[in-house]
Amino acid sequence: MVKRYRNNKENEMQRSLSLDPEKCTGCLQCEMACSNEYEGRFNPAHSRIKVFAFHDEGRFVPYTCTQCADAWCRNACPVDAIAIDANTGAKVIVENRCVGCKVCTIACPFGTVNYDHTRGKVMKCDLCGGDPACARACPTGAITWVDADWTGYDRMRQWAEKTDNAAHV
Amino acid sequence: MKYVIVGSGPAGVTAAETLRANDPQGEILLIGDEPGPPYSRMAIPYLLEGSIGEEGTRLRPDRDHFDRLQVALLEARVESLDSEDRLLVLSDGGRVQFDRLLLATGSRPVNPPVEGLDSPLVRHCWTLEDARHIMDHASQGSRVVLLGAGFIGCIIMEALVKRGVRLTVVEAGDRMVPRMMDQVAGHLIERWCIEQGIDVRTSTRINLVEGNEKGLRLQLEPGGDLEADLLVVAAGVVPNTGFLEGSGVTVEQGIRVDARQQTSVPAIYAAGDVCEGVDWDGGHGIHAIQPMAVETARVAALNMAGRETEHVGSMDMNVLDTLGLIATSFGRWQGVEGGDTASLLDERRFRYLKLQFEGERLIGAITLGTTDQVGALRGLIQSRRRLGRWKERLMQDPTRFMEAWAAIAS
Repeated sequence: MVKRYRNNKENEMQRSLSLDPEKCTGCLQCEMACSNEYEGRFNPAHSRIKVFAFHDEGRFVPYTCTQCADAWCRNACPVDAIAIDANTGAKVIVENRCVGCKVCTIACPFGTVNYDHTRGKVMKCDLCGGDPACARACPTGAITWVDADWTGYDRMRQWAEKTDNAAHV
Repeated sequence: MKYVIVGSGPAGVTAAETLRANDPQGEILLIGDEPGPPYSRMAIPYLLEGSIGEEGTRLRPDRDHFDRLQVALLEARVESLDSEDRLLVLSDGGRVQFDRLLLATGSRPVNPPVEGLDSPLVRHCWTLEDARHIMDHASQGSRVVLLGAGFIGCIIMEALVKRGVRLTVVEAGDRMVPRMMDQVAGHLIERWCIEQGIDVRTSTRINLVEGNEKGLRLQLEPGGDLEADLLVVAAGVVPNTGFLEGSGVTVEQGIRVDARQQTSVPAIYAAGDVCEGVDWDGGHGIHAIQPMAVETARVAALNMAGRETEHVGSMDMNVLDTLGLIATSFGRWQGVEGGDTASLLDERRFRYLKLQFEGERLIGAITLGTTDQVGALRGLIQSRRRLGRWKERLMQDPTRFMEAWAAIAS
């Protein structure tokens, strides 16, 4: 069943993206929608969400920023250019402060902050301000915008903790 | 509780913020020896190229940030530390008492043993004051010589070129960025620079610098004499530990700390470039890089505030943009004995990727000419995840590292 959530101000704090590889068919609608949202054109190369295809296992894995509670990218930024969106909790690049030093791209252990050569700044998922285009575009319910309590990030977060140093509390 | 932090770079500022978050009542004093609000040296290349002003170099843009956190700032230089009496002596004779102390004094640039580096028109590229001086002298058509093709030398090259200078780079080593890049990548970066019109002289020394306010004459070996309007010395940095002599705080390469970032003296901690702390793979070392400055500062501050926390260990990682050619290195990029290496090289397009394995684990990596998802290399290395069948796949095609991480982490 496809779940669609309207952007609801009161619930935003409890919402997050849920990624469920079991339901992903590798159609790449999310990449198209993301690229269109940010760049105004359909080019998966500009997408902040990526779908990895493991053809030998018949498995597809949608993958994007987990919006870590205590974000590696944000902690590593030398000029305080990554802010927290008060509505969604998303870690958002402040374009006019980002100098393009790329330290966040190596600090993020998920590889989800990337450098945009054309603009000389970094880019990452910002949850579209609370109405993620990827979730709207996903036809199979593999990407949903749900209550934060049960998201597909949990297992990734566990790996994050293993990578993490215990300082992040 | 009175917390004193010496050094107002990224480590010092992060520690102050972490202390406040964990101890709303404590008194926090942040001492820095440069004028003005805390700033980021990482931002200096972008100041030099004119894409930001000095405001843009601030570690925290909000002017009231430190007031709001009730963190007191003091501009002073610490002369010495009396560990027993928990007292800092300042260069103006002042004294500062503390209950818990964090040493976050960073590093300072070093000079190679070359006569004449005290001439005017010779400058490091380290502080804001250095940057202002360089901006005054590196203008359209001026002859600038960069001594040292390490990280700092490379990262300011683009700014110098954008300022329109005629640039010569002199490096004693046989390749560029030897401490961050292997032979293959170092030589590719060198060729890249030469193709961009830079006069690169590797395996070359400067024997003598002579000059006054009007100009400089450098004696190169090999290469003879070279005239210059500015010499920028970027020959490396060392931890700033001079003031600790006689303090009882153990200093080896840097200030030795345990996994809680505590020095050999209880109640005295160290973080950032100045500390020699635990590594991710069991050793000890100095990792003078921004992400580790922040991470070690957080661990130190939590322990100072009474929340016992151990650092899992620092890891080398760097990202360097040399005139638009972007390089990264992670972990044990040099490889280890008995380990396996997978690499892919496209010299014509300046692309290179090298992965280092120990058994089933990824332990190090170098990338050149590609930046996509490089953070995943850190994830794969530092999580110490066994790669299983992905080891063989990565040996066959190292570009699949992000896929490997997605498969493992999802």
